[in-house]
Amino acid sequence: MTAIIALSLFGISNLFLGFWFPRKTIQLVTLLFLVVSMALTVSDWNHELLWFGNMFRTTNTSINFSLIIQLAAFFVVAFSKAFGQDDEHTHPAEYYAIMLFSVVGAILMVSFDHMIVLFVGLEILSVAMYVLTGSDKRNLRSNEAAIKYFLMGSFTTGFLLFGITLVYGATRSFYISNIGTILTTTAPESMPSFLFIGVLLIIVGLLFKVSAAPFHFWTPDVYEGAPTIFTMFMSTIVKTASFAALFQLVSGIFGSLYTVWVLPVYFISMLTLVVGNISAVYQQSVKRMLAFSSISHAGYLILTVSSKQISTTSSILYYSLSYTLATVVAFAVLILVSEYQSARVEKPENFSSFEGLAKNNPGLALCFSISMLSLAGIPLTAGFWGKFFIFSDTFSRNIIYPVILAILMSAVGIYYYFKGIIAVYLKAGEIEKIEVPTLFKMALWACTLGTIILGIYPSLVKSVF
Amino acid sequence: MQSIPEIIRTIPLTNYIMLSSALFCIGILGVLTRRNAIIVFMAIELMLNAVNLLLAAFSSYYSDPSGQIFVFFIMAVAAAEVAVGLAIIVMIYRNIQSIDIGVLNKLKN
Repeated sequence: MTAIIALSLFGISNLFLGFWFPRKTIQLVTLLFLVVSMALTVSDWNHELLWFGNMFRTTNTSINFSLIIQLAAFFVVAFSKAFGQDDEHTHPAEYYAIMLFSVVGAILMVSFDHMIVLFVGLEILSVAMYVLTGSDKRNLRSNEAAIKYFLMGSFTTGFLLFGITLVYGATRSFYISNIGTILTTTAPESMPSFLFIGVLLIIVGLLFKVSAAPFHFWTPDVYEGAPTIFTMFMSTIVKTASFAALFQLVSGIFGSLYTVWVLPVYFISMLTLVVGNISAVYQQSVKRMLAFSSISHAGYLILTVSSKQISTTSSILYYSLSYTLATVVAFAVLILVSEYQSARVEKPENFSSFEGLAKNNPGLALCFSISMLSLAGIPLTAGFWGKFFIFSDTFSRNIIYPVILAILMSAVGIYYYFKGIIAVYLKAGEIEKIEVPTLFKMALWACTLGTIILGIYPSLVKSVF
Repeated sequence: MQSIPEIIRTIPLTNYIMLSSALFCIGILGVLTRRNAIIVFMAIELMLNAVNLLLAAFSSYYSDPSGQIFVFFIMAVAAAEVAVGLAIIVMIYRNIQSIDIGVLNKLKN
Protein backbone atom coordinates (compact mmCIF):
# COMPACT_ATOMS: atom_id res chain seq x y z
CA MET A 1 0.00 0.00 0.00
CA THR A 2 2.85 2.38 0.83
CA ALA A 3 3.93 1.80 -2.77
CA ILE A 4 1.09 3.91 -4.19
CA ILE A 5 1.83 6.81 -1.86
CA ALA A 6 5.54 6.53 -2.66
CA LEU A 7 4.91 6.35 -6.41
CA SER A 8 2.68 9.44 -6.34
CA LEU A 9 5.37 11.38 -4.47
CA PHE A 10 8.05 10.08 -6.84
CA GLY A 11 5.97 11.22 -9.79
CA ILE A 12 5.64 14.73 -8.38
CA SER A 13 9.35 14.92 -7.55
CA ASN A 14 10.15 13.70 -11.07
CA LEU A 15 8.41 16.78 -12.44
CA PHE A 16 10.76 19.00 -10.43
CA LEU A 17 13.87 16.98 -11.25
CA GLY A 18 13.19 17.84 -14.87
CA PHE A 19 14.30 21.41 -14.17
CA TRP A 20 17.82 20.47 -13.19
CA PHE A 21 18.86 17.14 -14.60
CA PRO A 22 19.36 15.83 -18.13
CA ARG A 23 17.20 13.07 -19.60
CA LYS A 24 19.65 10.25 -18.84
CA THR A 25 19.74 11.03 -15.12
CA ILE A 26 15.95 11.25 -14.90
CA GLN A 27 15.66 7.87 -16.56
CA LEU A 28 17.99 6.28 -14.01
CA VAL A 29 16.22 8.02 -11.13
CA THR A 30 12.86 6.76 -12.40
CA LEU A 31 14.23 3.21 -12.54
CA LEU A 32 15.41 3.62 -8.96
CA PHE A 33 11.96 4.90 -7.94
CA LEU A 34 10.34 1.83 -9.46
CA VAL A 35 12.75 -0.51 -7.67
CA VAL A 36 11.97 1.23 -4.36
CA SER A 37 8.23 0.95 -4.93
CA MET A 38 8.60 -2.74 -5.84
CA ALA A 39 10.43 -3.29 -2.56
CA LEU A 40 7.65 -1.46 -0.71
CA THR A 41 5.07 -3.62 -2.47
CA VAL A 42 6.88 -6.79 -1.45
CA SER A 43 6.98 -5.62 2.18
CA ASP A 44 3.19 -6.15 2.37
CA TRP A 45 3.63 -9.83 1.48
CA ASN A 46 1.51 -12.20 3.60
CA HIS A 47 -0.20 -9.31 5.42
CA GLU A 48 -3.75 -9.30 4.21
CA LEU A 49 -4.84 -5.81 5.20
CA LEU A 50 -7.45 -3.20 4.40
CA TRP A 51 -6.52 0.45 3.95
CA PHE A 52 -8.19 3.82 3.36
CA GLY A 53 -11.48 3.10 5.13
CA ASN A 54 -11.52 -0.56 4.01
CA MET A 55 -11.51 0.51 0.38
CA PHE A 56 -8.13 -0.90 -0.59
CA ARG A 57 -7.12 -4.50 0.02
CA THR A 58 -3.64 -5.95 -0.23
CA THR A 59 -3.57 -9.69 -0.78
CA ASN A 60 -0.80 -11.86 -2.14
CA THR A 61 -2.58 -12.00 -5.50
CA SER A 62 -2.88 -8.24 -5.72
CA ILE A 63 0.77 -7.88 -4.72
CA ASN A 64 1.78 -10.27 -7.48
CA PHE A 65 -0.24 -8.32 -10.03
CA SER A 66 1.25 -5.00 -8.82
CA LEU A 67 4.72 -6.48 -9.09
CA ILE A 68 4.13 -7.59 -12.68
CA ILE A 69 2.80 -4.11 -13.50
CA GLN A 70 5.78 -2.38 -11.92
CA LEU A 71 8.20 -4.76 -13.60
CA ALA A 72 6.62 -3.92 -16.95
CA ALA A 73 6.89 -0.21 -16.13
CA PHE A 74 10.53 -0.74 -15.20
CA PHE A 75 11.29 -2.26 -18.59
CA VAL A 76 9.30 0.40 -20.46
CA VAL A 77 11.33 3.11 -18.71
CA ALA A 78 14.56 1.23 -19.47
CA PHE A 79 13.58 1.04 -23.16
CA SER A 80 12.56 4.70 -23.39
CA LYS A 81 15.26 6.14 -25.56
CA ALA A 82 13.05 7.49 -28.31
CA PHE A 83 12.01 10.74 -26.69
CA GLY A 84 14.30 13.41 -25.40
CA GLN A 85 16.68 13.60 -28.34
CA ASP A 86 15.27 16.98 -29.18
CA ASP A 87 14.88 18.68 -25.83
CA GLU A 88 13.00 21.68 -27.12
CA HIS A 89 9.83 19.82 -28.04
CA THR A 90 9.91 16.81 -25.76
CA HIS A 91 9.60 16.78 -22.02
CA PRO A 92 11.14 13.55 -20.70
CA ALA A 93 10.55 14.39 -17.03
CA GLU A 94 6.85 14.84 -17.66
CA TYR A 95 6.61 11.56 -19.56
CA TYR A 96 8.30 9.65 -16.76
CA ALA A 97 6.09 11.37 -14.18
CA ILE A 98 2.91 10.53 -16.11
CA MET A 99 4.08 6.92 -16.42
CA LEU A 100 4.58 6.71 -12.66
CA PHE A 101 1.12 8.19 -12.07
CA SER A 102 -0.50 5.70 -14.38
CA VAL A 103 1.26 2.87 -12.57
CA VAL A 104 -0.46 4.16 -9.40
CA GLY A 105 -3.78 3.87 -11.22
CA ALA A 106 -2.94 0.34 -12.33
CA ILE A 107 -2.06 -0.71 -8.77
CA LEU A 108 -5.35 0.73 -7.51
CA MET A 109 -7.16 -1.32 -10.15
CA VAL A 110 -5.65 -4.61 -9.04
CA SER A 111 -6.23 -4.14 -5.31
CA PHE A 112 -9.55 -2.36 -4.98
CA ASP A 113 -12.20 -3.34 -2.47
CA HIS A 114 -14.63 -0.53 -3.25
CA MET A 115 -16.13 0.58 -6.54
CA ILE A 116 -14.82 4.14 -6.12
CA VAL A 117 -11.24 2.85 -6.01
CA LEU A 118 -11.85 0.79 -9.15
CA PHE A 119 -13.28 3.82 -10.95
CA VAL A 120 -10.62 6.27 -9.78
CA GLY A 121 -7.83 3.80 -10.56
CA LEU A 122 -9.19 3.17 -14.03
CA GLU A 123 -9.42 6.89 -14.70
CA ILE A 124 -5.93 7.67 -13.38
CA LEU A 125 -4.59 4.98 -15.67
CA SER A 126 -6.66 6.03 -18.70
CA VAL A 127 -6.29 9.81 -18.49
CA ALA A 128 -2.53 9.39 -18.22
CA MET A 129 -2.59 7.11 -21.25
CA TYR A 130 -4.63 9.60 -23.33
CA VAL A 131 -1.89 12.18 -22.74
CA LEU A 132 0.92 9.76 -23.58
CA THR A 133 -0.83 8.49 -26.72
CA GLY A 134 -1.07 12.03 -28.07
CA SER A 135 2.40 13.04 -26.92
CA ASP A 136 3.75 13.24 -30.47
CA LYS A 137 1.93 16.53 -30.96
CA ARG A 138 2.84 17.33 -34.56
CA ASN A 139 2.18 13.86 -35.88
CA LEU A 140 -1.36 13.53 -37.20
CA ARG A 141 -1.41 9.77 -36.64
CA SER A 142 -0.62 10.24 -32.97
CA ASN A 143 -3.35 12.91 -32.75
CA GLU A 144 -5.86 10.60 -34.32
CA ALA A 145 -4.91 7.76 -32.01
CA ALA A 146 -5.28 10.06 -28.99
CA ILE A 147 -8.77 11.27 -29.89
CA LYS A 148 -9.94 7.74 -30.73
CA TYR A 149 -8.57 6.37 -27.49
CA PHE A 150 -9.99 9.27 -25.53
CA LEU A 151 -13.51 9.10 -26.99
CA MET A 152 -13.69 5.31 -26.75
CA GLY A 153 -12.20 5.31 -23.26
CA SER A 154 -14.63 7.81 -21.80
CA PHE A 155 -17.55 6.18 -23.63
CA THR A 156 -16.56 2.92 -21.93
CA THR A 157 -16.27 4.57 -18.54
CA GLY A 158 -19.90 5.60 -18.98
CA PHE A 159 -20.90 1.93 -19.37
CA LEU A 160 -18.84 0.88 -16.38
CA LEU A 161 -20.36 3.62 -14.20
CA PHE A 162 -23.91 2.84 -15.25
CA GLY A 163 -23.25 -0.79 -14.39
CA ILE A 164 -21.79 0.10 -10.99
CA THR A 165 -24.83 2.32 -10.28
CA LEU A 166 -27.32 -0.43 -11.13
CA VAL A 167 -25.44 -2.94 -8.96
CA TYR A 168 -25.46 -0.34 -6.17
CA GLY A 169 -29.18 0.11 -6.66
CA ALA A 170 -29.72 -3.62 -6.24
CA THR A 171 -27.32 -4.34 -3.39
CA ARG A 172 -27.11 -0.94 -1.62
CA SER A 173 -23.34 -1.18 -1.29
CA PHE A 174 -20.17 -0.24 -3.14
CA TYR A 175 -17.96 -2.58 -1.12
CA ILE A 176 -16.85 -5.60 -3.13
CA SER A 177 -16.96 -7.91 -0.12
CA ASN A 178 -20.46 -6.69 0.87
CA ILE A 179 -21.78 -7.08 -2.65
CA GLY A 180 -20.33 -10.59 -2.80
CA THR A 181 -22.04 -11.59 0.46
CA ILE A 182 -25.37 -10.06 -0.56
CA LEU A 183 -25.33 -11.76 -3.95
CA THR A 184 -24.52 -15.19 -2.51
CA THR A 185 -27.08 -15.01 0.30
CA THR A 186 -29.99 -13.68 -1.74
CA ALA A 187 -31.84 -15.81 -4.26
CA PRO A 188 -31.38 -14.39 -7.78
CA GLU A 189 -35.17 -14.38 -8.30
CA SER A 190 -35.72 -11.89 -5.49
CA MET A 191 -33.16 -9.45 -6.96
CA PRO A 192 -34.42 -6.59 -9.11
CA SER A 193 -33.93 -7.34 -12.80
CA PHE A 194 -31.71 -4.32 -13.39
CA LEU A 195 -29.00 -6.03 -11.34
CA PHE A 196 -28.29 -8.37 -14.26
CA ILE A 197 -28.11 -5.47 -16.71
CA GLY A 198 -25.68 -3.79 -14.31
CA VAL A 199 -23.45 -6.87 -14.11
CA LEU A 200 -23.34 -7.15 -17.90
CA LEU A 201 -22.61 -3.43 -18.31
CA ILE A 202 -19.67 -3.64 -15.88
CA ILE A 203 -18.31 -6.63 -17.78
CA VAL A 204 -18.74 -4.82 -21.12
CA GLY A 205 -16.99 -1.74 -19.73
CA LEU A 206 -13.95 -3.74 -18.65
CA LEU A 207 -13.90 -5.85 -21.82
CA PHE A 208 -13.56 -2.62 -23.80
CA LYS A 209 -10.40 -1.90 -21.80
CA VAL A 210 -8.87 -5.32 -22.37
CA SER A 211 -9.88 -4.91 -26.05
CA ALA A 212 -11.90 -8.07 -26.47
CA ALA A 213 -13.90 -8.48 -29.68
CA PRO A 214 -16.44 -7.05 -30.56
CA PHE A 215 -15.15 -4.10 -28.49
CA HIS A 216 -11.68 -4.17 -30.01
CA PHE A 217 -12.16 -1.84 -33.02
CA TRP A 218 -10.18 1.01 -31.46
CA THR A 219 -7.17 -1.14 -30.53
CA PRO A 220 -5.25 -1.50 -33.83
CA ASP A 221 -5.60 2.19 -34.69
CA VAL A 222 -4.61 3.42 -31.25
CA TYR A 223 -1.70 0.99 -30.91
CA GLU A 224 -0.41 1.91 -34.34
CA GLY A 225 -0.76 5.67 -33.94
CA ALA A 226 0.74 6.01 -30.47
CA PRO A 227 4.52 6.38 -30.12
CA THR A 228 5.90 2.80 -29.92
CA ILE A 229 7.21 3.18 -26.40
CA PHE A 230 3.71 4.03 -25.16
CA THR A 231 2.19 1.25 -27.21
CA MET A 232 4.47 -1.03 -25.22
CA PHE A 233 3.13 0.52 -22.03
CA MET A 234 -0.49 0.13 -23.16
CA SER A 235 -0.26 -3.44 -24.33
CA THR A 236 1.33 -4.64 -21.11
CA ILE A 237 0.28 -2.51 -18.15
CA VAL A 238 -3.20 -1.39 -19.17
CA LYS A 239 -4.07 -4.90 -20.29
CA THR A 240 -2.80 -6.62 -17.14
CA ALA A 241 -4.49 -4.14 -14.80
CA SER A 242 -7.84 -4.21 -16.58
CA PHE A 243 -7.81 -7.96 -16.82
CA ALA A 244 -6.99 -8.32 -13.13
CA ALA A 245 -9.92 -6.04 -12.28
CA LEU A 246 -12.24 -7.97 -14.60
CA PHE A 247 -11.15 -11.29 -13.16
CA GLN A 248 -11.54 -10.15 -9.58
CA LEU A 249 -15.02 -8.75 -10.21
CA VAL A 250 -16.42 -11.53 -12.34
CA SER A 251 -14.91 -14.51 -10.58
CA GLY A 252 -15.03 -12.98 -7.14
CA ILE A 253 -18.27 -11.17 -6.52
CA PHE A 254 -20.35 -12.11 -9.54
CA GLY A 255 -19.41 -15.79 -9.16
CA SER A 256 -22.88 -16.59 -7.84
CA LEU A 257 -24.50 -15.05 -10.93
CA TYR A 258 -22.65 -17.58 -13.09
CA THR A 259 -25.65 -18.23 -15.33
CA VAL A 260 -25.98 -14.54 -16.25
CA TRP A 261 -22.52 -14.01 -17.67
CA VAL A 262 -21.15 -17.41 -18.59
CA LEU A 263 -22.53 -17.56 -22.14
CA PRO A 264 -21.67 -13.97 -23.15
CA VAL A 265 -18.18 -14.24 -21.67
CA TYR A 266 -17.29 -17.50 -23.42
CA PHE A 267 -18.83 -16.27 -26.65
CA ILE A 268 -16.75 -13.09 -26.45
CA SER A 269 -13.64 -15.08 -25.65
CA MET A 270 -14.10 -17.28 -28.73
CA LEU A 271 -14.92 -14.31 -30.95
CA THR A 272 -11.82 -12.49 -29.66
CA LEU A 273 -9.61 -15.48 -30.44
CA VAL A 274 -10.96 -15.78 -33.97
CA VAL A 275 -10.94 -12.06 -34.79
CA GLY A 276 -7.55 -11.37 -33.22
CA ASN A 277 -5.70 -14.27 -34.81
CA ILE A 278 -7.30 -14.16 -38.25
CA SER A 279 -6.84 -10.38 -38.63
CA ALA A 280 -3.23 -10.58 -37.47
CA VAL A 281 -2.45 -12.90 -40.39
CA TYR A 282 -3.24 -10.15 -42.91
CA GLN A 283 -1.13 -7.39 -41.35
CA GLN A 284 1.91 -5.97 -43.12
CA SER A 285 2.96 -3.76 -40.23
CA VAL A 286 4.66 -5.42 -37.26
CA LYS A 287 3.14 -2.86 -34.88
CA ARG A 288 -0.36 -3.61 -36.13
CA MET A 289 0.32 -7.34 -35.98
CA LEU A 290 1.36 -6.94 -32.33
CA ALA A 291 -1.86 -4.99 -31.70
CA PHE A 292 -3.95 -7.88 -33.06
CA SER A 293 -1.76 -10.33 -31.17
CA SER A 294 -2.57 -8.46 -27.97
CA ILE A 295 -6.27 -8.82 -28.83
CA SER A 296 -5.85 -12.55 -29.28
CA HIS A 297 -3.97 -12.86 -25.98
CA ALA A 298 -6.91 -11.14 -24.31
CA GLY A 299 -9.02 -13.96 -25.75
CA TYR A 300 -6.85 -16.63 -24.09
CA LEU A 301 -7.02 -14.79 -20.77
CA ILE A 302 -10.81 -14.43 -20.85
CA LEU A 303 -11.06 -18.23 -21.09
CA THR A 304 -9.94 -18.37 -17.47
CA VAL A 305 -12.72 -16.14 -16.15
CA SER A 306 -14.93 -18.43 -14.16
CA SER A 307 -15.71 -19.26 -10.58
CA LYS A 308 -12.68 -18.55 -8.45
CA GLN A 309 -10.01 -21.18 -7.99
CA ILE A 310 -6.54 -20.80 -6.56
CA SER A 311 -4.89 -22.55 -9.51
CA THR A 312 -6.62 -20.21 -11.98
CA THR A 313 -5.19 -17.11 -10.33
CA SER A 314 -1.69 -18.49 -10.56
CA SER A 315 -2.10 -19.40 -14.25
CA ILE A 316 -3.29 -15.88 -15.01
CA LEU A 317 -0.32 -14.40 -13.20
CA TYR A 318 2.06 -16.70 -15.04
CA TYR A 319 0.46 -15.88 -18.38
CA SER A 320 0.56 -12.13 -17.73
CA LEU A 321 4.21 -12.32 -16.76
CA SER A 322 5.24 -14.35 -19.81
CA TYR A 323 3.17 -12.14 -22.13
CA THR A 324 4.68 -8.99 -20.62
CA LEU A 325 8.26 -10.20 -20.98
CA ALA A 326 7.78 -11.26 -24.60
CA THR A 327 5.83 -8.16 -25.65
CA VAL A 328 8.29 -5.62 -24.27
CA VAL A 329 11.13 -7.30 -26.17
CA ALA A 330 9.15 -7.37 -29.42
CA PHE A 331 8.32 -3.67 -29.12
CA ALA A 332 11.87 -2.77 -28.04
CA VAL A 333 13.37 -4.37 -31.15
CA LEU A 334 10.65 -2.71 -33.23
CA ILE A 335 11.69 0.67 -31.79
CA LEU A 336 15.33 0.12 -32.78
CA VAL A 337 14.59 -1.21 -36.25
CA SER A 338 11.96 1.36 -37.15
CA GLU A 339 14.20 4.17 -35.92
CA TYR A 340 17.01 2.86 -38.12
CA GLN A 341 14.74 2.41 -41.14
CA SER A 342 12.71 5.61 -40.74
CA ALA A 343 15.09 7.60 -42.93
CA ARG A 344 15.49 4.79 -45.45
CA VAL A 345 12.09 3.30 -46.24
CA GLU A 346 8.57 4.66 -46.47
CA LYS A 347 6.96 2.36 -43.91
CA PRO A 348 9.59 1.59 -41.26
CA GLU A 349 7.26 -0.56 -39.17
CA ASN A 350 6.54 -3.21 -41.82
CA PHE A 351 7.87 -6.76 -41.79
CA SER A 352 9.99 -5.86 -44.82
CA SER A 353 12.14 -3.49 -42.77
CA PHE A 354 13.20 -6.41 -40.54
CA GLU A 355 14.64 -8.32 -43.49
CA GLY A 356 18.26 -9.30 -43.01
CA LEU A 357 18.43 -8.14 -39.38
CA ALA A 358 20.31 -11.27 -38.31
CA LYS A 359 23.32 -10.61 -40.54
CA ASN A 360 24.86 -7.70 -38.66
CA ASN A 361 22.75 -7.70 -35.46
CA PRO A 362 22.66 -11.34 -34.30
CA GLY A 363 21.82 -10.35 -30.72
CA LEU A 364 18.78 -8.29 -31.64
CA ALA A 365 17.59 -10.98 -34.04
CA LEU A 366 17.88 -13.63 -31.34
CA CYS A 367 15.94 -11.55 -28.78
CA PHE A 368 13.23 -10.80 -31.32
CA SER A 369 12.91 -14.45 -32.36
CA ILE A 370 12.70 -15.69 -28.78
CA SER A 371 9.98 -13.17 -27.99
CA MET A 372 8.06 -14.25 -31.11
CA LEU A 373 8.45 -17.93 -30.14
CA SER A 374 7.20 -17.13 -26.65
CA LEU A 375 4.17 -15.24 -27.98
CA ALA A 376 3.44 -18.16 -30.31
CA GLY A 377 3.69 -20.60 -27.40
CA ILE A 378 6.56 -22.82 -28.56
CA PRO A 379 8.00 -25.14 -25.85
CA LEU A 380 11.07 -24.03 -23.88
CA THR A 381 9.73 -20.48 -23.72
CA ALA A 382 7.55 -18.93 -21.03
CA GLY A 383 4.65 -18.48 -23.46
CA PHE A 384 4.27 -22.25 -23.87
CA TRP A 385 3.75 -22.82 -20.15
CA GLY A 386 1.43 -19.81 -19.93
CA LYS A 387 -0.82 -21.29 -22.59
CA PHE A 388 -0.44 -24.79 -21.14
CA PHE A 389 -1.57 -23.73 -17.65
CA ILE A 390 -4.52 -21.78 -19.00
CA PHE A 391 -5.69 -24.58 -21.29
CA SER A 392 -5.33 -27.29 -18.66
CA ASP A 393 -7.18 -25.17 -16.09
CA THR A 394 -10.01 -24.47 -18.47
CA PHE A 395 -10.11 -28.08 -19.59
CA SER A 396 -10.34 -29.32 -16.02
CA ARG A 397 -13.50 -27.25 -15.59
CA ASN A 398 -15.10 -29.23 -18.44
CA ILE A 399 -15.09 -26.39 -20.92
CA ILE A 400 -14.10 -28.36 -24.00
CA TYR A 401 -15.02 -26.55 -27.22
CA PRO A 402 -13.56 -23.12 -26.39
CA VAL A 403 -10.26 -24.80 -25.52
CA ILE A 404 -10.20 -26.73 -28.80
CA LEU A 405 -10.85 -23.48 -30.65
CA ALA A 406 -8.10 -21.75 -28.65
CA ILE A 407 -5.61 -24.49 -29.54
CA LEU A 408 -6.52 -24.22 -33.23
CA MET A 409 -6.16 -20.46 -33.08
CA SER A 410 -2.76 -20.65 -31.43
CA ALA A 411 -1.74 -22.78 -34.42
CA VAL A 412 -2.86 -19.88 -36.64
CA GLY A 413 -0.77 -17.63 -34.38
CA ILE A 414 2.38 -19.59 -35.23
CA TYR A 415 1.99 -18.51 -38.86
CA TYR A 416 2.15 -14.76 -38.27
CA TYR A 417 4.74 -14.85 -35.50
CA PHE A 418 7.01 -16.95 -37.71
CA LYS A 419 6.61 -14.37 -40.47
CA GLY A 420 8.73 -12.10 -38.25
CA ILE A 421 11.37 -14.78 -37.62
CA ILE A 422 11.54 -15.63 -41.33
CA ALA A 423 12.00 -11.95 -42.21
CA VAL A 424 14.81 -11.67 -39.68
CA TYR A 425 16.77 -14.81 -40.60
CA LEU A 426 15.92 -16.00 -44.08
CA LYS A 427 15.20 -12.89 -46.15
CA ALA A 428 18.05 -10.93 -47.67
CA GLY A 429 18.29 -7.29 -46.70
CA GLU A 430 20.74 -4.56 -45.88
CA ILE A 431 20.78 -3.56 -42.22
CA GLU A 432 23.99 -2.24 -40.77
CA LYS A 433 25.00 -2.65 -37.15
CA ILE A 434 22.46 -0.79 -35.00
CA GLU A 435 23.89 1.09 -32.03
CA VAL A 436 22.16 -0.03 -28.83
CA PRO A 437 22.66 1.91 -25.57
CA THR A 438 24.01 -0.17 -22.67
CA LEU A 439 20.93 0.12 -20.46
CA PHE A 440 18.69 -0.80 -23.38
CA LYS A 441 20.84 -3.84 -24.16
CA MET A 442 20.83 -5.00 -20.53
CA ALA A 443 17.05 -4.73 -20.27
CA LEU A 444 16.67 -6.57 -23.58
CA TRP A 445 18.80 -9.50 -22.44
CA ALA A 446 17.17 -9.55 -19.01
CA CYS A 447 13.72 -9.98 -20.58
CA THR A 448 14.95 -12.61 -23.02
CA LEU A 449 16.71 -14.57 -20.28
CA GLY A 450 13.58 -14.28 -18.16
CA THR A 451 11.51 -15.76 -20.97
CA ILE A 452 13.88 -18.72 -21.35
CA ILE A 453 14.33 -19.36 -17.63
CA LEU A 454 10.58 -19.31 -17.08
CA GLY A 455 10.25 -21.65 -20.04
CA ILE A 456 12.71 -24.19 -18.62
CA TYR A 457 11.79 -23.93 -14.93
CA PRO A 458 8.13 -22.82 -14.80
CA SER A 459 7.87 -23.97 -11.17
CA LEU A 460 10.35 -21.25 -10.22
CA VAL A 461 7.67 -18.57 -10.18
CA LYS A 462 4.60 -20.78 -10.29
CA SER A 463 5.29 -21.77 -6.70
CA VAL A 464 5.32 -18.12 -5.63
CA PHE A 465 2.02 -17.24 -7.32
CA MET B 1 -42.50 21.41 5.14
CA GLN B 2 -41.08 18.29 3.51
CA SER B 3 -37.39 17.54 3.46
CA ILE B 4 -35.70 17.06 0.10
CA PRO B 5 -35.28 13.27 0.36
CA GLU B 6 -39.00 12.99 1.05
CA ILE B 7 -39.80 15.06 -2.03
CA ILE B 8 -37.52 12.84 -4.08
CA ARG B 9 -39.31 9.77 -2.74
CA THR B 10 -42.74 10.99 -3.85
CA ILE B 11 -41.81 9.80 -7.34
CA PRO B 12 -41.42 6.01 -7.68
CA LEU B 13 -37.88 4.68 -8.15
CA THR B 14 -38.79 3.07 -11.47
CA ASN B 15 -39.35 6.51 -12.99
CA TYR B 16 -35.83 7.60 -12.07
CA ILE B 17 -34.42 4.44 -13.59
CA MET B 18 -36.42 5.03 -16.78
CA LEU B 19 -35.33 8.66 -17.01
CA SER B 20 -31.66 7.85 -16.46
CA SER B 21 -31.74 4.98 -18.93
CA ALA B 22 -33.34 7.26 -21.51
CA LEU B 23 -30.69 9.95 -20.97
CA PHE B 24 -27.97 7.30 -21.13
CA CYS B 25 -29.32 5.94 -24.42
CA ILE B 26 -29.52 9.45 -25.88
CA GLY B 27 -25.87 9.85 -24.91
CA ILE B 28 -24.92 6.57 -26.62
CA LEU B 29 -26.80 7.57 -29.78
CA GLY B 30 -25.03 10.92 -29.76
CA VAL B 31 -21.61 9.28 -29.51
CA LEU B 32 -22.40 6.84 -32.30
CA THR B 33 -24.02 9.23 -34.79
CA ARG B 34 -22.41 12.66 -34.37
CA ARG B 35 -19.22 13.58 -36.24
CA ASN B 36 -18.18 16.73 -34.42
CA ALA B 37 -15.72 15.93 -31.63
CA ILE B 38 -17.20 18.53 -29.25
CA ILE B 39 -20.73 17.16 -29.70
CA VAL B 40 -19.49 13.61 -29.12
CA PHE B 41 -17.86 14.90 -26.01
CA MET B 42 -21.11 16.48 -24.80
CA ALA B 43 -22.91 13.20 -25.44
CA ILE B 44 -20.39 11.41 -23.21
CA GLU B 45 -20.99 14.01 -20.49
CA LEU B 46 -24.72 13.33 -20.85
CA MET B 47 -24.06 9.64 -20.19
CA LEU B 48 -22.10 10.49 -17.05
CA ASN B 49 -24.82 12.83 -15.84
CA ALA B 50 -27.44 10.14 -16.33
CA VAL B 51 -25.34 8.01 -13.99
CA ASN B 52 -25.07 10.87 -11.49
CA LEU B 53 -28.82 11.37 -11.46
CA LEU B 54 -29.49 7.70 -10.86
CA LEU B 55 -26.87 7.54 -8.09
CA ALA B 56 -28.44 10.51 -6.32
CA ALA B 57 -31.90 8.95 -6.62
CA PHE B 58 -30.78 5.57 -5.23
CA SER B 59 -28.84 7.29 -2.51
CA SER B 60 -31.78 9.29 -1.20
CA TYR B 61 -34.13 6.33 -1.53
CA TYR B 62 -31.89 4.18 0.63
CA SER B 63 -30.85 7.07 2.94
CA ASP B 64 -27.26 6.08 2.22
CA PRO B 65 -24.80 8.93 1.59
CA SER B 66 -22.17 6.81 -0.19
CA GLY B 67 -24.02 7.12 -3.50
CA GLN B 68 -23.81 10.91 -3.35
CA ILE B 69 -20.11 10.71 -2.46
CA PHE B 70 -19.62 8.67 -5.61
CA VAL B 71 -21.33 11.48 -7.56
CA PHE B 72 -18.66 13.91 -6.38
CA PHE B 73 -15.94 11.53 -7.51
CA ILE B 74 -17.54 11.19 -10.93
CA MET B 75 -17.80 14.97 -11.27
CA ALA B 76 -14.19 15.55 -10.28
CA VAL B 77 -12.82 12.83 -12.53
CA ALA B 78 -15.02 13.97 -15.43
CA ALA B 79 -13.60 17.47 -15.04
CA ALA B 80 -10.06 16.09 -15.23
CA GLU B 81 -11.05 14.12 -18.30
CA VAL B 82 -12.53 17.21 -19.94
CA ALA B 83 -9.26 19.07 -19.43
CA VAL B 84 -7.28 16.37 -21.23
CA GLY B 85 -9.95 15.83 -23.89
CA LEU B 86 -10.21 19.49 -24.83
CA ALA B 87 -6.41 19.69 -24.99
CA ILE B 88 -6.41 16.79 -27.46
CA ILE B 89 -9.13 18.47 -29.55
CA VAL B 90 -7.19 21.78 -29.60
CA MET B 91 -4.07 19.89 -30.66
CA ILE B 92 -5.94 18.31 -33.56
CA TYR B 93 -7.53 21.63 -34.55
CA ARG B 94 -4.08 23.21 -34.77
CA ASN B 95 -2.91 20.51 -37.14
CA ILE B 96 -5.85 20.08 -39.50
CA GLN B 97 -8.11 23.13 -38.83
CA SER B 98 -11.09 20.86 -38.24
CA ILE B 99 -12.63 18.87 -35.40
CA ASP B 100 -14.68 16.54 -37.60
CA ILE B 101 -13.72 13.04 -36.48
CA GLY B 102 -14.66 11.70 -39.94
CA VAL B 103 -11.58 13.45 -41.36
CA LEU B 104 -9.33 11.40 -39.13
CA ASN B 105 -8.93 8.20 -41.08
CA LYS B 106 -5.21 8.01 -41.75
CA LEU B 107 -4.84 4.88 -39.64
CA LYS B 108 -7.63 2.87 -41.23
CA ASN B 109 -5.64 1.44 -44.14
